[in-house]
Amino acid sequence: MSALAAVRARVAAAWASDIAWSFRQSRVTMAAALVTLLLVGGAVLAPWIAPTDPFDPAQVDLMNAEIPPLWSAEGDARFVLGTDVQGRDMLSAILYGGRISIAVGAAAVAFAMLLGVTLGLVSGYLGGRVDAAIMRIADVQLSFPSILVALLVHGILRGLLPASSREALSVYVLIIAIGLADWVQFARTVRSRTLVERDREYVQAARIIGRGPAAIMRAHILPNVMSPVLVIACISLATAILTEASLSFLGVGVPATQPSLGTLIRIGNNYLFSGQWWMTVFPSITLAVLVLAVNILGDWLRDALNPLLR
Amino acid sequence: MIAYVLRRLIQSMLVMLTVAFVAFSLFSFVGDPVANMAGEDASQRDRDQLRRDLGLADPFPLRFVRFVGGVLQGEFGFSYRNLQPVARLIVDRLPATVELAVSATALALLVGVPMGVYCGLNRSSALAQAIQAVSLVGISLPTFVTGILLILTFSVGLGWLPPFGRGDTVRIGWWQTGLLSVSGIKSLLLPSVTLAMFQMALVMRLVRSEMMEVLRKDFIKFARARGLTSRAVNFGHALRNTLVPVITITGLQFGSAVAFAIVTETVFQWPGLGLLFVQAVAYVDIPVMATYLVLISFFFVVINLVVDLLYYAIDPRLRDGGPGGTGKGR
Repeated sequence: MSALAAVRARVAAAWASDIAWSFRQSRVTMAAALVTLLLVGGAVLAPWIAPTDPFDPAQVDLMNAEIPPLWSAEGDARFVLGTDVQGRDMLSAILYGGRISIAVGAAAVAFAMLLGVTLGLVSGYLGGRVDAAIMRIADVQLSFPSILVALLVHGILRGLLPASSREALSVYVLIIAIGLADWVQFARTVRSRTLVERDREYVQAARIIGRGPAAIMRAHILPNVMSPVLVIACISLATAILTEASLSFLGVGVPATQPSLGTLIRIGNNYLFSGQWWMTVFPSITLAVLVLAVNILGDWLRDALNPLLR
Repeated sequence: MIAYVLRRLIQSMLVMLTVAFVAFSLFSFVGDPVANMAGEDASQRDRDQLRRDLGLADPFPLRFVRFVGGVLQGEFGFSYRNLQPVARLIVDRLPATVELAVSATALALLVGVPMGVYCGLNRSSALAQAIQAVSLVGISLPTFVTGILLILTFSVGLGWLPPFGRGDTVRIGWWQTGLLSVSGIKSLLLPSVTLAMFQMALVMRLVRSEMMEVLRKDFIKFARARGLTSRAVNFGHALRNTLVPVITITGLQFGSAVAFAIVTETVFQWPGLGLLFVQAVAYVDIPVMATYLVLISFFFVVINLVVDLLYYAIDPRLRDGGPGGTGKGR
């Protein structure tokens, strides 16, 4: 069999699989996937497809400030969604902003996943006092809304940093804050799966041939507890993007020099009363559509991978 | 029973002590009050003297005990930014947040429960499907986007409702209420709808799924077989059995309402605790942050405790040491 035929057979098998079937069954899911793909694609490719670079002062002209969108009377063909008070093209700003929102959200989920999966594995596999301590912390944290935890961690981290480096490190502070607010879901799920797996024969066999706890957790248990983790990651991504946007909207998120969608909404909000509604409405719609689409995808993935998780 | 209550009480107290420790660590390791209080040109000797006078040279455990003692007496220190006692700031701001959160939760229940019952009973009707779809949007729409869209429509567009502030307030004792004046009520409308939106969708979805679950149970079939009217079955038997989880989740959600009030209060410049906290974070105003942390934790711990005890009273299956924590409603 040639390599091409092998690839084709694989694609066909994937297309015929249960997951692909349930995907094809639901129009809403397909629409959500398309929207997600468009928004993420637009965000990733922003430097190449955006009409202008909103961070490049040479391309921004104050004379173009406050132009309404294309379809209103004073619209300008160069700026489809209008411009902000500094003359930046809103469409470009939204594409670049989505890039930051999605990047921070994804990085935060990755951090939460790393932390949660590790602690969940350790907690489930070792048991005893370690388990009790980790789960007690998780319980306590779970009774607080994640935005509150993120705000608090953010406040503490910023307080610990010297004032000079706060601006430069603020994106990382944000990622850590959101990640620390979201790890509990991962840890709880992985722990409960680990408790089941740890007494299986293959784990006993690995123990008998003399592998250490760390190796057993990483090489043997981890692959068997990962599938619910992916579902949680997808659902957490929507939450993380929302948390980032909320923090940026509150003015404690990313600095205004690198606006995310939440920052754009906050800045635009200042001009709501003077009639420049487009500065805040377009980023808002983009954010809402993005979160809605990712939420629908996450729900679908949860149902498709494991109906019992509902 | 008594053992369980005691265990939960001790657990709650441990949580509060941990939170107090975090709050105290904030004081101790983030920023230096001596540097804040002493002038630029204070000598090292003056600084050391000030440090001793403030009791900051004492060992860590002693200072922690003193901090907890102060908190128990309502002594939270001074705001770095406003230079006012934090306790005063909190008392000034508390009524606004409580009025907002209570009215939002009431709104969410008044609208969410009937919609959920309707959707649970008429699962496949067009209206139920529409409500279901809108509720997904309600869950996905960020609080501040809801708020901005409402302001845009009702304040900027139609000019019916004020976009920010609390309107005129009336003072009753130390409680400053906005509920007794027309402008106060008008100002409350938009923020409470904004805050209620998420909870409303949540309550509706919860009631719907619980109704569907309960309607499949045997006792419903028997009730129908006994010839009871569908009204009696749906409301007397089914709805009553769904209310336990709804009350629980609402209780827990009330805590979330207070937390999410941070965002809502920022959108509407509502002078509550949330706005105070956001400003404190932005200016690294440690005493205010620490106080908010202790206060809100106390609030959450009390809610969780009450909910757990209610559960215990209602559901006998939980009586041998069920899960101590509580699920976040999703």
